[in-house]
Amino acid sequence: MATVDIRSVHKAFGPTKVIHGVDISIADEEFVVLVGPSGCGKSTLLRMIAGLEQISDGQIAIGGKVVNDVAPKDRDIAMVFQNYALYPHMTVYDNMAFSLKLRKAEKSLIDQRVRQAADILGLNPYLERYPRQLSGGQRQRVAMGRAIVRDPQVFLFDEPLSNLDAKLRVQMRTEIKALHQRLKTTSIYVTHDQVEAMTMADRIVVMHDGIVEQVGSPLELYDHPANIFVAGFIGSPAMNFYPGTLKRNGGIWVEAEDGTRLPAPGNVGGADGQKVVYGVRPEHLTLSGGSSGVQAKVDVVEPTGADTLVFSKIAGVNTCAVFSERHDFRPGQEIRLQPRLDVVHLFDAASGQHL
Amino acid sequence: MTTAAVSRSNGLARKPLAEILDNRNVLAFLCMLPAAALLLTFLTYPLGLGVWLGFTDTKIGRPGFFIGLENYVSLFDDSVFWLVVFNTLLYTTVATVLKFGLGLYLALLLNNHLPFKALLRAIVLLPWIVPTVLSAIAFWWIYDAQFSILSYMLEKMGLIDQYIDFLGTPNNARASLIAANVWRGIPFVAICLLAGLQTISPSLYEAAALDGATSWQRFRHVTVPMLMPILSIVLTFSVLFTFTDFQLIYAITRGGPVNSTHLMATLAFQRAIPGGQLGEGAAIATAMIPFLVAATLSSYFGLQRRKWQQGESDG
Repeated sequence: MATVDIRSVHKAFGPTKVIHGVDISIADEEFVVLVGPSGCGKSTLLRMIAGLEQISDGQIAIGGKVVNDVAPKDRDIAMVFQNYALYPHMTVYDNMAFSLKLRKAEKSLIDQRVRQAADILGLNPYLERYPRQLSGGQRQRVAMGRAIVRDPQVFLFDEPLSNLDAKLRVQMRTEIKALHQRLKTTSIYVTHDQVEAMTMADRIVVMHDGIVEQVGSPLELYDHPANIFVAGFIGSPAMNFYPGTLKRNGGIWVEAEDGTRLPAPGNVGGADGQKVVYGVRPEHLTLSGGSSGVQAKVDVVEPTGADTLVFSKIAGVNTCAVFSERHDFRPGQEIRLQPRLDVVHLFDAASGQHL
Repeated sequence: MTTAAVSRSNGLARKPLAEILDNRNVLAFLCMLPAAALLLTFLTYPLGLGVWLGFTDTKIGRPGFFIGLENYVSLFDDSVFWLVVFNTLLYTTVATVLKFGLGLYLALLLNNHLPFKALLRAIVLLPWIVPTVLSAIAFWWIYDAQFSILSYMLEKMGLIDQYIDFLGTPNNARASLIAANVWRGIPFVAICLLAGLQTISPSLYEAAALDGATSWQRFRHVTVPMLMPILSIVLTFSVLFTFTDFQLIYAITRGGPVNSTHLMATLAFQRAIPGGQLGEGAAIATAMIPFLVAATLSSYFGLQRRKWQQGESDG
């Protein structure tokens, strides 16, 4: 087990720069999730840690030792690939034993390690099968078993759950987290699914266009997003944004482009007349009676059983609101929504930074 | 009422035919008929005729009589025939081993990231595209006793002091023909194996690299097993092509010197057409069949889906 330090790492493929200076320090036994949209460089970063891509500039250190010029096999890491990358011509047992065989480990030790990993993952009945004879979830477990058997310093996961169906994904998510709590191996996990990131991570690194937007615990990112990108990326359904102008004239409010007044908290920063983006999460909108709140015109109501999602328009902007109680609005109906002022976010329109 | 009855009886009359055509087996049989007719006319009939001729004493211009195994008995005592069998096996074995060794090497090279990759691959195919007789004539000149460019270059380099008699002595001639066959056969092997290499997922190599495999171990434990299915197909075809080779031999040496480069195919032609002994030639050609069947069978068993290829295929 080891720390991983990423120091101002750059990556370019020919003239195309994909990572522009990334700094992340990962503590021993930590579970860190790199999350971001496709093409943000998260997988490239992971492959650089694994040694599958050259580092164009900067340093990566594992356990305090700079590994820029260390071959993948000497970095003492194990990786779980998106397509599992199981050897199709080897049985489950041989797939898991392969790395130890290459290291010329004792047969008894190999057997003990493989059976131990199979026990942890519930793979004992399948040891003699070939990957083709397994379901997606079982293959995923074999891929993890192959990593566990190595007992490496660091686990790397490259979108390991994206080939599974929704239900299995939720189940495997829990299994991976439980596995980490048991083995405590430092883990770096790449995903584009923010729910996966929120549920599994000790710390989340949000990446976008080759830079780190914000690093923090899941709830830190949820409660205190540093900028519009993080605010919009973390949380499901996504935060509602309304462009407008900050007004400090007696009260404090944001005037949307069509003149709608959006109430703002009293302690907010920003100057009168500043162009801002007003953000509020769907779960932070409450239904209000009378004249308080903001007027909204209902488009669609989606009952999910546990929650009711109401899509409406506020100031001409599509707005999502989530209620835990049930509502039966008609399309076109006028309702009034009240944002919870303590959790409203204001962002500078030009820089996108949180005010 | 009447119209209804008529249309109903029509429906009944048509039903059997429609039902028969709905039967998958009948439909499959009908669809295979044209292909079967072509095969019967152009493959089975000539093959059957050849086998039949082998049992007769037919000569050119004279219909023969059935003589049973007499042709085969005389071949059994014919030292030239056994020399030719030896030549054919030697030619096939050595050429195939070389073609596969070099072809695999070439395929691995071409599978790397190279500049002008497409152009290089096209160039590699050239020897295979050139008509056999054309390349045979080129080799005939390269191997010529007086005008050989090979001997000329080797002499200029100071490696030899007199021209090599490539086609004049038995072993030189055999080696020269094998070299020409290998030159022609490599592209086929290389391109097929390259296609096979490209189906191997790069992440398997990455996983193996992380598992601690050296590049030799990656080749040994990933490339070779993943390539085996296509390798055995290409091997079968290559063995069949080489075993039945005719053009190259006939154009370069015509079996000489002293039958040392005759293969079964060239000897069969030699005895049947220029020699006029159709029956004997057919018997030699028929004698190739057991060898070809053996080669095909061994590849059939080699080709059987390996255990790891079975099962669900939603990879």
